[in-house]
Amino acid sequence: MERDQLKSVLESLLFASEAPLTVSRIGEVLEGADKQEIAGLLEELKTEYEASGRGFRLAEVAGGFQMRTPKENAEWVKNLFRGRPARMSKATLETLAIIAYKQPVTRAEIEVIRGVDVDGVLSTLLERRLVRIVARKDVPGRPFLYGTTQEFLETFNLKDLSNLPTLKEMEEMTLPPENQDAANKETSSKE
Amino acid sequence: MSTSVKLEVFEGPLDLLLHLIKKNEVSITDIPIATITEQYLATLELMQSLSLDVAGEFLVMAATLIHIKSRMLLPPGEEEDEEEEGGDPREELMRRLLEYQRFKEAAEELEQREILKRDVFARRPEIPDEIEAGGFEGVSLFDLISALRQVLERFPEERVHEVTLERISVREKMSLLLDDLHRRGKVVFQSLFEAAASRLEIIVTFLAMLELVKIRAVRVLQEERDGPIVLELAAPLEDIQERMAQGKIEGEGDGA
Repeated sequence: MERDQLKSVLESLLFASEAPLTVSRIGEVLEGADKQEIAGLLEELKTEYEASGRGFRLAEVAGGFQMRTPKENAEWVKNLFRGRPARMSKATLETLAIIAYKQPVTRAEIEVIRGVDVDGVLSTLLERRLVRIVARKDVPGRPFLYGTTQEFLETFNLKDLSNLPTLKEMEEMTLPPENQDAANKETSSKE
Repeated sequence: MSTSVKLEVFEGPLDLLLHLIKKNEVSITDIPIATITEQYLATLELMQSLSLDVAGEFLVMAATLIHIKSRMLLPPGEEEDEEEEGGDPREELMRRLLEYQRFKEAAEELEQREILKRDVFARRPEIPDEIEAGGFEGVSLFDLISALRQVLERFPEERVHEVTLERISVREKMSLLLDDLHRRGKVVFQSLFEAAASRLEIIVTFLAMLELVKIRAVRVLQEERDGPIVLELAAPLEDIQERMAQGKIEGEGDGA
């Protein structure tokens, strides 16, 4: 396939897809297309959308690529859907943060950190599919171990878990480098 | 009320302590334990006087603070407890506060990200017009309830108190649903609520649907875990109407 045509096809796939598309999935769809080339073209599209000021961007989330509206248009897009998305309470976010950084983690371990019971919050998170039970811990009582899900990555616009901001252990935040093209390709083609 | 008491909602004793530490502009690593304990207890009292439920965890922390405070008063080396000898009696608390603070900050960072359906939007899964038969699984009540929650999200908690409530009975809604299902064949769960004008109506519709499932007039199906929930008539409409007319169902006259 010609490069221009491939780019156009890629754009169509992204447009038609409901879930983030991984490079490997695109590879499957476009039998035989070169993954390196796909990854390169995706980056190109991403840059183009950003520069063009269009009403959509290409976001890298949950190991794949997805068309999303830019934040500055949120107000109006929200109006389109009436009602507001369920807000996440502080308790929910804190519990989610602990699970995200400490996974796999048991309920008791979360409770030690938060200093309060997390029963209700945990079931909310499970229900919203932001976390899931990943295994049982090999200790007496075999408690459940919790971890985050794909939905978590999608909801919080995270490429993968290593994309989480580093915990503020020392006073300074070490910001993850903005553009890791090489790393991106690696993660995407691993899928 | 004339007194305007602004009491923040604290996530727990650690949250309250962090708040007090920040308010007093002191450092976690060097907490003036007497001052903080005093303010902590005062806050608990305030919470109690407002009849807020003070969870047990808050009281445990109060005891811990008082214990630390008393140990701080002892000259070094004179602690009764051998185990606790040496070191700062505040150390354990300090460690917990630092750890909690890290995650509190991490939570704030999460909150500031571009959150899907709040800041950014992706194309929503289209509800397919026609859903192919076959391969469907039964749907649990849990699935239905979480689907209902999503539908209710469209309607924020009613802020305006409606005085004129439209009275729709579950029974009426059942008939409407049956007609709808008969006309449209397979219907996606969410679309049942499209015309609903209020939370009340959504709930009545939901109850009516459950009732129909219970009397086996309607089948609920789902193709995959996250797939759309679909409803269809489980028997010819006439049969169902006949059964209902004969009063073989419960839940009659349930007004809403």
